[in-house]
Amino acid sequence: MSGHSNYPEWIYVAVVIALMAWVGAEAWEAERLVEHIPEGAEVIKVTAQQWFWTFEHEDGTKEIGELHVEVGKAYKFEIRSKDVIHSFNIHDYVVLMDAVPGRVNTVWFAPDAVGIHDIQCREYCGLIHYNMRGTLYVEDPSS
Amino acid sequence: MVLELQKPRPIWQIMFSTHHTDIGLLYLISSLAFLFLGGSLALAIRIELFLPNIEGTGQIIADSMTFNRIFTVHGTTLIFLFIIPFASAVGNYFVPIMVRYKDMAYPKLNAIAFWMIPPAAVLVWLGFADFTWYAQPPYSIISAPGPAADMWIFGLKILGVSSVLGAINFVITILKCKHPDMSIGQVPLLAWSFLATSVIIIVAIPTFAAALLMLLTDRLGVSGFFNPAMGGDPIAYSHLFWFTFHPEVYVLVIPAIGMMYEIIPRFSRKPIYSYNSGVFAFVMLSLVAFSSWGHHMFATGMSFTEKTVFMVGTLAAVPASAMHVFNFIATMWNGRIKFATPMMWAVGGIALFFAAGAGGVVNTAMPLDFSTHDSYWVVGHFHLFVMGTIAFGSIGMVYYMFPYVTGRMYNETAGKVHFFLSFVGTILVFFTQHVLGLYGMPRRVFDYPPIPEWIAMNQIASVGAMIIGVSMAIFLVNMIYSSGKGQLANTEDPFGLGGKYYYPFEAKNPHH
Ligand code: HEM
Ligand SMILES: [Cu+2]
Ligand SMILES: [Cu+2]
Repeated sequence: MSGHSNYPEWIYVAVVIALMAWVGAEAWEAERLVEHIPEGAEVIKVTAQQWFWTFEHEDGTKEIGELHVEVGKAYKFEIRSKDVIHSFNIHDYVVLMDAVPGRVNTVWFAPDAVGIHDIQCREYCGLIHYNMRGTLYVEDPSS
Repeated sequence: MVLELQKPRPIWQIMFSTHHTDIGLLYLISSLAFLFLGGSLALAIRIELFLPNIEGTGQIIADSMTFNRIFTVHGTTLIFLFIIPFASAVGNYFVPIMVRYKDMAYPKLNAIAFWMIPPAAVLVWLGFADFTWYAQPPYSIISAPGPAADMWIFGLKILGVSSVLGAINFVITILKCKHPDMSIGQVPLLAWSFLATSVIIIVAIPTFAAALLMLLTDRLGVSGFFNPAMGGDPIAYSHLFWFTFHPEVYVLVIPAIGMMYEIIPRFSRKPIYSYNSGVFAFVMLSLVAFSSWGHHMFATGMSFTEKTVFMVGTLAAVPASAMHVFNFIATMWNGRIKFATPMMWAVGGIALFFAAGAGGVVNTAMPLDFSTHDSYWVVGHFHLFVMGTIAFGSIGMVYYMFPYVTGRMYNETAGKVHFFLSFVGTILVFFTQHVLGLYGMPRRVFDYPPIPEWIAMNQIASVGAMIIGVSMAIFLVNMIYSSGKGQLANTEDPFGLGGKYYYPFEAKNPHH
């Protein structure tokens, strides 16, 4: 195409590519760290079904709709589903992992402060999807 | 070009016609009808979410099942019955003219492709399925009520075939029927956008077509491809679905970019800054469209390596999209711009396209996706494309084509008011939804807990939706009134730009 040079466009494209490379590299590094499950993390079995959550601790105790954990400890969730796909979500701790029937997905977190947080389902699962909610209690065992 | 209202013909003559402008008209009218129908469903959703339901207040829609059906049919309608057929309308009007051929390559096939849409639409609307626009198994197999679900599957099947037939027609028309004096490097960018889109459709759709059949037999219980109870894997469906539908999002957006390539240089009274980079970006997008489907599945339990591959594949599409934005700005630079209604829609669409793309980059940056995925952020993200970019480009194109289709001018003031209200409304709804997603609100919910921030943001979004609703009412009245009573247009140069950059709108309809 005559009449003007495309030189500004090349610079622009190079800048966009550089930016994307930077975003990609940062994301890669962050995800690598996030996915590294700490040793000795306590396992909590999470079972999703229409439309509630069941939690089973390592010692065999079960909770429905509520989850009690201790502050400062690391936990590894093993997530299953009994029927359709759900998604286990503690938004305040950026915990998000699908519960897929026939698979076990894992994700971990380590609550760093005492508090109460929402648990919810983030994948459409039918009639009561909107209310497939639960509560996370992060407690201090010494008090 | 068509001038239906000045030289009226019996309606059946248009319906049984195979001429490209007649089929274009059928596509145009039906797709706009579905824009209004699908849009009404969106208003219903936003009104329901204006307030959380507390003890009988704040609830407008009877139950969550109805709500779920509404958002399913909303999405299905606007994607498959508005955006895609609208692009076909534009393609039918312009592609043959741009390649200087008398009609589409296969006129009868063209008519068949159009006439597959009404029965499909009837199936989708009478069924009113509830399993969202991606019919994810095992929900869609074991839980979604029939016959709605089965009707949706058949409807989509028909739409897929229609889309492939249309695509074949465009490819042949452009490659084989273009005027012998014309090289492929002289085909206007709008026609190029149809070439790129059609190739993507032909490569991508068969995968979904297969998945739909498997879904149907799974529902009938004779197979268990996606049903874990029978040893199947629901995630296999996700792969098949997104292998089709990530490319399909480019199928939706590329024609809209093509329409902007028609409008922006015209109203800037300058040639396009770089034709070559426009073509290059279209070709690039069609290729990289196939490298990123997995970004919809980061939370299904993908390995780190898989996620990395799909993230890189997604980021690879960004420079090509960004090249279009550059091309538009460079074209407008130093142009004698006339901000008539079509130009406003096109420029507004580009601004929102940029914002939408930025949000997409956040989605694909792996750890961030776990904040945004399946939250209202994603709803905001893709609506900035489907509404902010595609509907904006398309509506700009409606105004642009109006004088050629009707022989009359629309009301310019009403067109501008329509634009301003829609632009403000779109920002209110979809920027707010991004933030709402960061606050953790899941998508596809009939109701939500009364968290003050969630309530406030839902209300902003609902008000924005009402503003868009009002603007669309103005649009409808303007279109209907002006096509009958508007000022006669100067069809040589309806926008007073100086005829220099015009295509001769010379389609010869044998019935006129
Ligand atoms: C710069 C280009 C783009 C990037 C980087 C991008 C990235 C993404 C990512 C990563 C997701 C997944 C989000 C999630 O579910 O967690 C997504 C969702 C989506 N995107 Fe984009 N996208 C881009 C362009 C487009 C375009 C052009 C369209 C459409 C016209 C589009 C339509 C959609 C849709 C419909 C969804 C959501 C589908 C659903 O879950 O229902 N995107 N995008
Ligand atoms: Cu759910
Ligand atoms: Cu995608």
